[in-house]
Amino acid sequence: MSLDNSSRRDFIAAGILGSIAVAGCSSPFDPAANEVVKPSGEMVKLLSVDGEIIEVDKAFLKPVPELSAMTNQAERMGIPGRKFVMVIDLSRCKNLKKCQASCNHAHQIHPDQNWIKLHPVQESEKTAPYWQPTTCMHCDEPPCVKVCPVDATFKRQDGIVLIDSDRCIGCRFCMAACPYSTRVFNWEELDLPKAIAEKPYSCETSMPQKVGTVGKCDFCPDMVRKGELPHCVSACPNGVFFFGDSNEDSVTNGAETFRFSELLRDKAGYRLMEDLGTKPSVYYLPPVNRNFAFEGEDQGDVKH
Amino acid sequence: MEISAKNKIIQDLLPQKFGKPGKIWVSVLLLFCAVGMYAYYRQLTKGLVVTGLRDYVSWGIYISNFVFFVAISLVGSLITAVLRLSDVHWSTPLTRIAEIIAVSAITFASLIIIVDMGRPERFYNLFIHGRLQSPIMWDVIVITTYFFVSILLLYFPLLPDLAILIKLKGKTTTWLDRIYHFLGSFWKNTTEQINISNKAVNILSITIIPVAFAIHTVTSWLFATTYRPGWDSTNFGAYFISGAFLVGAGGVIVAMYVFRKSYKLEKYITDSHFDKMGKVLVLLALLYLYFNVNEFLVPAFKMKKSEEEHLLGLFTGEFSVLFWFAITTAMIIPIIILLFKGGRKPLPAFIAGVLVVIGSWFKRYLIVTPTLLHPFLPMRDVPANYRHYFPSWEEWAIAMGSLAGAMLVITFFARIFPIIPIQETITETEELAHEKV
Repeated sequence: MSLDNSSRRDFIAAGILGSIAVAGCSSPFDPAANEVVKPSGEMVKLLSVDGEIIEVDKAFLKPVPELSAMTNQAERMGIPGRKFVMVIDLSRCKNLKKCQASCNHAHQIHPDQNWIKLHPVQESEKTAPYWQPTTCMHCDEPPCVKVCPVDATFKRQDGIVLIDSDRCIGCRFCMAACPYSTRVFNWEELDLPKAIAEKPYSCETSMPQKVGTVGKCDFCPDMVRKGELPHCVSACPNGVFFFGDSNEDSVTNGAETFRFSELLRDKAGYRLMEDLGTKPSVYYLPPVNRNFAFEGEDQGDVKH
Repeated sequence: MEISAKNKIIQDLLPQKFGKPGKIWVSVLLLFCAVGMYAYYRQLTKGLVVTGLRDYVSWGIYISNFVFFVAISLVGSLITAVLRLSDVHWSTPLTRIAEIIAVSAITFASLIIIVDMGRPERFYNLFIHGRLQSPIMWDVIVITTYFFVSILLLYFPLLPDLAILIKLKGKTTTWLDRIYHFLGSFWKNTTEQINISNKAVNILSITIIPVAFAIHTVTSWLFATTYRPGWDSTNFGAYFISGAFLVGAGGVIVAMYVFRKSYKLEKYITDSHFDKMGKVLVLLALLYLYFNVNEFLVPAFKMKKSEEEHLLGLFTGEFSVLFWFAITTAMIIPIIILLFKGGRKPLPAFIAGVLVVIGSWFKRYLIVTPTLLHPFLPMRDVPANYRHYFPSWEEWAIAMGSLAGAMLVITFFARIFPIIPIQETITETEELAHEKV
């Protein structure tokens, strides 16, 4: 499904940045911009911002510094008119943990940590156990956002709760406040590939994670802007995760698409800890008519 | 009053140079501070990974130490303000002890909370991006207010004493003289100045009571505004305040005993002071016990599923030894000691005070940590060391260093300034003499 037409805008933005860099001496991003460059004599033809073809000496060309295509303000606003939701179908989950692995890889998080967790759940002794993946619930009344002293974690108009790791002071009040224990803390400097570590932080990619700040599942808004599904959704071979927009009233796991309201109605969807009043954006479908028997390497962890 | 009697009081109460025990005491405290600072240097370079904290237990002894400091600082308002406004005179010699405990504790509360931050260098974000909706901002505001009101309550009554110290010029070393001059040379002891000062102290005494209640109530709300079992309690504000007055009063008794011994102040901090503070401590211990019964008995009666694991962990499980240790040492034993007249003699009262302070420190730990080990969704998909918490040596070093630092501030204060108000003691002795005539 097409979620946004931002790729065209990205292309234009890249083009503008490119031409600024071509101008060489006027680049505001390069501290060494004013140094004298010797012309090599080799000329390159380029298209200027005004649409004219110009010739520039090759020596004046510099690589464009990688900048986030979005401003922090735009990242904090969210995508207008959208309300993102997730539906997790418990009857399909087999504890393969592909969601977890793809999420960990995509966000380059600490090897000890997971933003997605797979809980073995058994409501009571006589009821059947099942696997329950948990993500950030992206609550509509987010307790974490309520307590943040510096507006480092925020709720966007499209329903997504994100973290600004350039602002977070690391007080961890949000971690204490979250009843779903969804938040993790970067206790030490991460061992990231240089290319990722040097990127400026983006709230939408949640990368690169920074030492002394909090991290969590972000609903992959960067993927959504590209018109793609969050990593966990596309990684799951059993189609457990459905992602979509409640304003459009549709959710999809990539292969199947449902009307969001009908799916919840027909399969008796529910949310976790409804009684706390946090109003999560993540819904669960009960583990009935299950595709797989409950088994797993660590079912001993089941809590009644 | 005769000049000689007045001079005797002044001579008795002048700040004294450190003797041998004083020097050893200061060296030991400095050593603790140095180790703590080294540990913090390690934490700054490596990150909070040097602590025993992990994602589930994300607050540990830094935060419980913070709560402890805020708690003990409340005693400033109790002794200076509450007793002053209720026209109690016996507490006059104790006001400065209480106030310096308050100032030093609240200072170290602020420092230890910065130590707990993952990004201390971004502290300024609280001012440029501060959200008034967050209880942390409320704490920043009330703690800052409390700090300044406490400083003024320490400073104003000090002015007449500074005048006395300046008059004695020549008898003290020059650097001390410079401090006295800098702080108090404008004080001429005129009636007008005294009136202004008295008025200011009265206003501050009234102001500090709601501010003191606010600092510890807001501190309790850092926990009570979350959903977690053990924290989600409407009892928390009162529970914290009563515990705070208890540990503060215990701290004052300990300090009274130590100052009396080391500065030979038996004439000024008398057995009757221990007797009266002992009674105050019993009352506060009973009050805190009452709130403890409320805090634990009521949820234990219901044993809601989410609370059960937490409560059983405290009563009979992992934390039971520490839990019952804290309850007995902070409350039960001191109550038993101090209910008897003999128990309110200086030495037993001092022991009771020490027990209260130690028990209360562990009590704060029990308020912070066990709750975090029992999240709503059971701990999952984390390495084994994320499932337990034991403070690392760096955490112990920093926590102990901060306690040593607070005691060092009090020690140096008593080295520089008279720890018992000289002028007020003279005035009160005069008034007493008048009454007798």
